[in-house]
Amino acid sequence: MSGAGFPRTQTFEGNYASLADIAAFVRQAASEVGFGDFAMYMVETAVDEACSNIIEHAYGGEDIGKIQITCQDAPTELKIIIQDWGRSFNPQAIPDPDQQADLEDLPGHGLGLFFIRKWMDEVRFSFSGDGNVLTLVKRKE
Amino acid sequence: MEITSTPYKRCDLVKIVGRIDSGTAPRVQEALNLITEAGRFKIVIDLSQVDFMSSAGLRVLVNTQKTCKRFNRGEVVLASVPANICASLDLAGFVPLFKMFDDVTAAVGYF
Repeated sequence: MSGAGFPRTQTFEGNYASLADIAAFVRQAASEVGFGDFAMYMVETAVDEACSNIIEHAYGGEDIGKIQITCQDAPTELKIIIQDWGRSFNPQAIPDPDQQADLEDLPGHGLGLFFIRKWMDEVRFSFSGDGNVLTLVKRKE
Repeated sequence: MEITSTPYKRCDLVKIVGRIDSGTAPRVQEALNLITEAGRFKIVIDLSQVDFMSSAGLRVLVNTQKTCKRFNRGEVVLASVPANICASLDLAGFVPLFKMFDDVTAAVGYF
């Protein structure tokens, strides 16, 4: 992986065991473009949440389809493009979690997308006949 | 990821090593369920060796806190929370739900 240059693309099996490999792939890219520890963690979190959602919701289970990830380095940002070939969804229909809720009423889901929106500088979804593409942008300081 | 549970007189210590994501979070939930199903609700979770926790891991913590705090029978507290995971807890709004201690000794001593 190291020294592969940018852009670089890798395809992963759509299962939860891939998440650690996916994390290593994007952390390596984030490290090479000069991100610090916390920025790398934010990128790792956003990509992990996105891929978990793909497996659980787009594919509806493990080992149904693949996940392709491309990392692009630009002077001011790292762009990560995540593609799957599962069901599409309406991101606007997923509300942010209610943080004022009592412990008993805290929602179980929706947190992943919230993390992605909060910790990435740009989040773009596109859905077409050739699958779903999520573009995440993290700017360099 | 590895999980080690140690029963103490007044609480149970659960040490997790590795990555808590959608793949491994169910194993953490199972380990914690074993403790609560045994009727023990005072739990210290040592996060010092956890290098990543996704929302799936956060949900396990919150679910277990719900179970433990019910009927005022106990509580989950966290020990040695890495800064990155603390930032996740904060972003999720979960910091007020957990007492956090700098080390395991202080956390176990709380009970």
